[in-house]
This record gives sequence, C-alpha cells and structure tokens, in this order.
Amino acid sequence: MTTLPSQDEITAEIVDVEADARAKVEAGGSPELHPRRDYAPYRSSVLRHPTHELVRVDPEEIERFSPAFGHTDVNPLESDLTIAHSAEPIGERITVSGHVVDGDGRPVRNQLIEMWQANSAGRYVHKRDQHPAPLDPNFTGVGRAITGENGEYSFQTIKPGPYPWRNHINAWRPAHIHFSLFGNAFTQRLITQMYFPADPLFALDPIYQSIADPAARQRLIGQYDHNLSVPEFSLGYRWDIVLTGPKSTWMESEEAHD
Amino acid sequence: MTDVNRTIAEQAEEFDTIAPPELDQSQIGSARQGDGIQTPSQTVGPFFGYALPYEKGWELVPGHHPQAIRFHGTVYDGDGAVVPDAIIEIWQADSEGVLSTQLGSLEPDGYTFTGFGRTSVNLAGHFSFTTVKPGAVAAGAAPYILVTIFARGLTHHLFTRAYFPPASDAESAAHEGDRVLPAVPTERRATLISVADGPASYRFDIRMQGVGETVFLDFDD
Ligand SMILES: [Fe+3]
Repeated sequence: MTTLPSQDEITAEIVDVEADARAKVEAGGSPELHPRRDYAPYRSSVLRHPTHELVRVDPEEIERFSPAFGHTDVNPLESDLTIAHSAEPIGERITVSGHVVDGDGRPVRNQLIEMWQANSAGRYVHKRDQHPAPLDPNFTGVGRAITGENGEYSFQTIKPGPYPWRNHINAWRPAHIHFSLFGNAFTQRLITQMYFPADPLFALDPIYQSIADPAARQRLIGQYDHNLSVPEFSLGYRWDIVLTGPKSTWMESEEAHD
Repeated sequence: MTDVNRTIAEQAEEFDTIAPPELDQSQIGSARQGDGIQTPSQTVGPFFGYALPYEKGWELVPGHHPQAIRFHGTVYDGDGAVVPDAIIEIWQADSEGVLSTQLGSLEPDGYTFTGFGRTSVNLAGHFSFTTVKPGAVAAGAAPYILVTIFARGLTHHLFTRAYFPPASDAESAAHEGDRVLPAVPTERRATLISVADGPASYRFDIRMQGVGETVFLDFDD
C-alpha cells in the first residue's frame, strides 16, 4: 500500500498547475475552459488519461443528432428529490433552477437533465460508499427532468454535505451536485458538478481545481438567488449550463423549423 | 514558485478566496447564458451507480431480435488493469442506417429502436450491449457505433467510434473512403475497429492509455 500524500503536497501541485496555466494565458494562449485530462493532483487521472492527442473530427450525421428523450421517459415528480419516500429527508431544503443553452445562447429544449448527490451528511446511497455517515431512509439523491421550452429546469432537493475520499490525507470534496446533460447533438454531451458559494474546501479540492483557469471553474458555482427562495420552504440557487455547439447542420434544420 | 512554508490557508487565500463573481441579480440567467462560454466538465466520480444506469439500458433490442448482436468489451487503464467503475454510452443508427428520433430510451419497450444505450462496466471492467449492427447512413459510408466513456479519474469524457471488420470488398472500400479511419496512423487504426469474436458478437476493448491506446476523438464545433 502506498502512503497517501499530504494536503500540502497536493495543494503545492495544484498551485503549480494553475501558475503554468496562467503563464500560458499571459503568453497569448486561451484560458483552459475544461479540466486538464492529465491532472496529477487528482491521482485517479494519472493512469486514465489518453497520452495521444485526440483526433479532431468533423461531426458526421450521427454526431450531429442526439438521442431524444421526452415526457415518456421522465415523470415530472422525478425533479423533486424530497418526495421520493414516505417522509421528508433531513437537511437544508433547496431549489436549484437554471437554463440549459448552447454556445449561441439558444435554449436546449426538451432534453434530458439528470442529477445525483450525497445526502445532507455527505453519504451516497451507493454500496461502495463506506463513509461512516448516516444514510437517510427518506433520501435517495437522484433527480431527472426534461428541459422546458426555454431550456429551463428546476429541482427541489436538500443541500448535500461534503464527504471524505482517499485521494490524499484529509481529502474532502466540497459539497456538490452531479449533473448529466444531453444537447441537440451527441457531441454536446456533458457531465459536470455544481458547487455552492464560498465553500472553504475549493482551494483544497483537486477535482474542482482540475479546471486550471479560475474564471472557468467559478462557472460551476451556483449563485444564491433570493428570488428563487420559496418563503418558509427552501433556499434558491441559480445555475445556468452552457453546452458546446451549435453545429452548422443543426442550425439549418433549426431555422427550417421556425 | 510555491513557498511550502505558507499554510494551506494562506495559499487558499491567494488562489481561491474567489468568491463567485458578483453578479447583478438582473444579470443572472442572461449574462452567463449569452456569453457562449462552455460550462466545464467534471468527472462522473465513483458514485453514479445508483443514479445513471437504468433498467435494460444495455438492451437496445431484445436478445431474440433476428438481427441482434452482442457489442461488448473491457476497459483498461494505463497499467493494463481493468477499470471496474466506468460507464459507457452508445449512440447509433438502426440496421438500415436510419437515425432514430423516437423517445423512450429510459423505458425500453422491447420494440422501439431509439439508438441509445447506457451501461456500467462490471467489476471485471466488462460491458455488454445487445443491439443491431448499424447500417450505412449514406451509400458507401462505413457504419459505426459512437461510444462515450465516463469514469472516475476521467476529468472529461472520452469519445470514440467502433467500426466493424470489413466482410466484403465494398466494406473495405467504405473504410478506405471514411473521413476518419484513413487519417489515423495505420498502427493505431485497429483500435477503432471491433473484432468479430463469435456468431453475431463484436468485441470492442477500450484502452484509456498506454500500449494499444484507443484513438479518442474530439469533434469540431
Ligand atoms: Fe460526488
């Protein structure tokens, strides 16, 4: 068994990668919008990133289309994670809402959005999660929805807790919700995580920090939005999601529809 | 570069005090949407197993379908060890080369072909779909299944294509005329072509890194 690195070692590596990314921007490069695939502070990436350059490809017909999901796939009740069981889950009730759009700001409508999360104690309903925090019999932590006409979505849930993991000694993930999205083309597929404002664990977390550009990674932080808070019921967070695209052929067929 | 004598808190202050950007309430939901800058990817993590897989996600057609094939493989890491916690999605045309616009992927009814499938690998890193061999989407085109790989340790998913071994001169010509296969160095091309390993069975192993590393694709926007 190898011994785990300390937080200070991991933090020093995080700092070095960020400095490297900043130097590249100062030298005229573009900011890194996505995480590095080879990001040593996140130890699991070391043996799991490709070492060859990705082969750049013009999307063909299959890649320009996306599987279609609809109201036959998802029950509207699946966007409320607090009503899946006989009683209320324990935790701080929150509403998470936003819009899913493509790179031109156009709504991604009628597409599947999935989310999953730990409970308020930081425990997943997953047999390999051995974090000795309590399971909540009234919380599974899985939600699904179909985006609306303006790309909008909304989930009712409880705020997830931070949880420990074994990347290094005293590694804790900041509280987060996992999101999975489909766009209008399969190339727009995205899996990501939403975080909560002002989490003290941000600087220490190699998954959040795998996005070396500070402005880019802040796009993963949901904004507290008082207008979304439901009086005497829940606190509101707004989080908008921008997918890649659009692809040219899709634009044409979209215009043909209008 | 890094002063190791600084406390974590001091380093944190420099790097990510970074309160999220202050946004005018009226801007929320418009400024961010309109700027066209992509939301970054994050790893799927290890704990998706109770959330993403769904019943019969691996079964695009029932096993008794006359054209059913097994499309399967094992995922390996850079040490050649199996990856026991990946999740694989496929997207493909039907046996006639037609793309489906049918809803209902999450609730397969055993009749409608939606072209989408999703399954986790097992503890031996193995995945298996029951589907049909896709037809050519255009005359002379080489058919393939689009494969997406998510896993703990993958900060961003990987895309690849699984072509089929040519069984005729016409199919060989389709491979030669493909836009991607001939552009890939010869010694790596085989990683994009599944192997017929039994009656109506095609194996497509995925090597994330190292010897025999699968060719992964990045699509131009
Ligand atoms: Fe997580």
